[in-house]
Amino acid sequence: MKTARFAAPVAVALASSAFASHALADELNVYSARHYDSDERLYTAFTEQTGIEVNILEGDSDQLIERIQREGVASPADIMMTVDAGRLWRAEQEGIFQGIESDVLAERLPESMRHPEGMWFGFSQRARAIYYNRENVDPSDITRYEDLASDDLGYSVCIRSSNNIYNQSLLASMIEHHGEEGAEEWAQGVVDNMARDPEGGDTDQIRGAASGECDLAVANHYYYVRLLKSDDEADREAARNVGIIFPNQDDRGAHVNVGGAGVVDGAPNRENAVAFLEFLASDTAQEIFASGNNEFPVVNNVKRDPVLESWGNFKKDDVNISILGENNPEAIRIFDRVEWR
Amino acid sequence: MSRSTSGELAAQRPSPQRKLNFWSTVLISVALVVALPVIVVFAHIALPTDGVWQHLASTVLPRYLSNTFWLVVWVGLGTLIIGTGSAWLVVMCRFPGKRLFEWALLLPLAVPTYVIAYAYTDFLQFSGPFQSALRDMFGWEHGDYFFPNVRSLGGAATLITMVLYPYVYLLARASFLEQSVCVLDVGRTLGRGPWRLFFSIAVPLARPALVGGVSLVLMETLNEFGAVQFFGVDTFTTGIYRTWFGMGEPVAAAQLAACLLSFVIVLVLLERWSRGKRRYFHTTNRYQQLPEYALHGWRAAAATAACAIPIIVGFLLPSGILLDLALTQGDSLWGSRFIGFAWNSLSLAALAAIIAVGTAVLLSYGVRVHDTALARFTTRISAMGYAIPGSVVAVGILIPFAWLDNIINTSLQAYNGQIIGLIFSGSAFILLYAYVVRFLAVSFNAVEASLGKVTPSMDAASRTLGQTAGGTLRYVHTPLMRSSLLAAGILVFVDVMKELPATVILRPFNFDTLAVRAHNLASDERLAEASTSSLAIVVVGILPVILLSMAMRRSRPGA
Repeated sequence: MKTARFAAPVAVALASSAFASHALADELNVYSARHYDSDERLYTAFTEQTGIEVNILEGDSDQLIERIQREGVASPADIMMTVDAGRLWRAEQEGIFQGIESDVLAERLPESMRHPEGMWFGFSQRARAIYYNRENVDPSDITRYEDLASDDLGYSVCIRSSNNIYNQSLLASMIEHHGEEGAEEWAQGVVDNMARDPEGGDTDQIRGAASGECDLAVANHYYYVRLLKSDDEADREAARNVGIIFPNQDDRGAHVNVGGAGVVDGAPNRENAVAFLEFLASDTAQEIFASGNNEFPVVNNVKRDPVLESWGNFKKDDVNISILGENNPEAIRIFDRVEWR
Repeated sequence: MSRSTSGELAAQRPSPQRKLNFWSTVLISVALVVALPVIVVFAHIALPTDGVWQHLASTVLPRYLSNTFWLVVWVGLGTLIIGTGSAWLVVMCRFPGKRLFEWALLLPLAVPTYVIAYAYTDFLQFSGPFQSALRDMFGWEHGDYFFPNVRSLGGAATLITMVLYPYVYLLARASFLEQSVCVLDVGRTLGRGPWRLFFSIAVPLARPALVGGVSLVLMETLNEFGAVQFFGVDTFTTGIYRTWFGMGEPVAAAQLAACLLSFVIVLVLLERWSRGKRRYFHTTNRYQQLPEYALHGWRAAAATAACAIPIIVGFLLPSGILLDLALTQGDSLWGSRFIGFAWNSLSLAALAAIIAVGTAVLLSYGVRVHDTALARFTTRISAMGYAIPGSVVAVGILIPFAWLDNIINTSLQAYNGQIIGLIFSGSAFILLYAYVVRFLAVSFNAVEASLGKVTPSMDAASRTLGQTAGGTLRYVHTPLMRSSLLAAGILVFVDVMKELPATVILRPFNFDTLAVRAHNLASDERLAEASTSSLAIVVVGILPVILLSMAMRRSRPGA
């Protein structure tokens, strides 16, 4: 009886070693921290164009990094895709990426979207914007992130937990602009103005501002667009109740972050991986990549989503993306000190 | 399972030394293999951490401690009361709906904590349908009324209790069903009423099962990640995750995990100490149909309500909310892809359940026939994987196996220039291994509690009649324990269906399960779309739960 039981895992191990041989033929192995349904279309389009089959492993960014490191020389990973500069920086620090030189990428992508040594490339942009309740707030009162921390703000703020990387990157940019002490003061000020203990995701902050639970909310722009386009009338109504503010337009610009990818060090299918990155910079791919999550494409003149188009151009904070990653651990410590949950 | 048991066994066994070597080797090597990831994680402990601890202790640690403590206390008490009470009612009393409740009380087991958290949050939050309806009805605005916040410690404790109490219910019910009616009859003859019977005979006899159930619940609570993180309740588990992956401090995180584990060890020791020298064995195996107390009037109504409320709160309402979301919005990938997700979930869960129960039988029986301090210790360690967050276990597994794969690949490369890829860490093997490490405690507790009820004199009789230890296990214990083995299998099965962090980290390419799909969508704040796969986890999970629950009932001797 027991021998039969233990035969099972052995059989499974043997049968599934089929999974193990991914360094063959025309293949590309993608480790992705993005989970958008449009990504499927992206992979299909790539396969149609090049004949290269794409294998996908989706997961949380930090865990994928850990996994690639542990897999070492035998790792099948060719491409690592993730969102947020903090995570790209962390992946680079851990030695996950190899430098890539590509004329196509150099020509198509703006300089700020390319790592100086070609370790990774940004393919879409997202802005961390402020939202206001249209009934209760005069939008001209709020023009900067710094206003959220002001003693005489007179409005309450909804913002999510500091466990979230978007807030960590925002605070990391504050550290860059105001130094550690200034950033800690800012974080303390925001905590003092909070309408409630942080709870839920970005969408919940926007909903909070829409329902009047708070006056202002902080969230990435695509969550707002998603509400605007929702199948659910209640979501659309919530989105109509708030307006969007792109902060710091008169100084450094709004905090933006990237979704990006790089070629993994020791990638078994390096050429396919480079071809994939170049494909991501093409007009077709840019449209799918960005529009799947209502993000801003990084290649100029690619068709934008109509909602994004209606916002026109806004000024973006051009702080070096790597800085956000470098400041990340300090940002977490500050959050802990000011008891930003 | 205990020193006194073995003492008796050793005294009565004809030749105790004969098979010792076989059992002790098997026992210790299996236990070590299962304990490996736990050991790997704890190997980090001795390393220095550069003041991370000072930072943690002066800022967040007190909050982690107090949140974790209260969560454990409330969930522990809540599940003990609901689980034991409802099990006693359906086994011993007759009241309207009893047949239905018997299996329906298990339904919340199929609902993962993160799923119930998503569902109630959507429903009860300020901008959700319930409060919006209240405001429309009474013309209230924000601040006009008080409404408890579901995203709180209390909310987390309540919801976790509502989906975890079936662990206690399942083991308590199996135990009540296995109790010999003679013992209860003796109680009755001596003038004990139903309440005294319950507290002075049934509960003490069921104690190992109840403790087993509650400790499963507590460990599940301690490493619960999805719901508490979603609610923003900082516990040790979210702290470990944040320290490891956010601050990039694996050493400090492993040390936090060690704290968490000490917490569990203290709990287990406390229970053993309070049990003292008392042992609970059934001295007779004469079974017959249990006589039921027929309840009437308000008592019957109260019993019906007591059983119905957990089912409504833990299953019907959240499923309804999910169903509504799935129908109105739902997942765009619905269709053939979903059958693939469901098949992956099902086959993994079934295989893992069989392996985990087999291992548990081997280990607990091994300790029974060969009870040494070392054997007990390694067995305990190997069941500790349950108390460690899935993501930490996963990394603890990945380290040794990826290392092994790398050795294989580098030596092959040196030999013939080939890289064959990841044999262990890139296949479903590593997932199954992770599930056994994580969920061995689930099957182990159930098997151990059940084995404890087989009196040692049965072993002695069987051995006297010439059976080997293995033969005794096969022909005597296994048939007696059948219902508990089934219960253990169900628990592991459903746990694997719901498991998230380890699956996300360890699964091979192009291999998604329902839980992974739900998590991917929910982590992207697309709860409405995640509702489809969440609901599918629940649906796939309840079918085996119901089937096995019915099989369990038939398996009662004398029924």
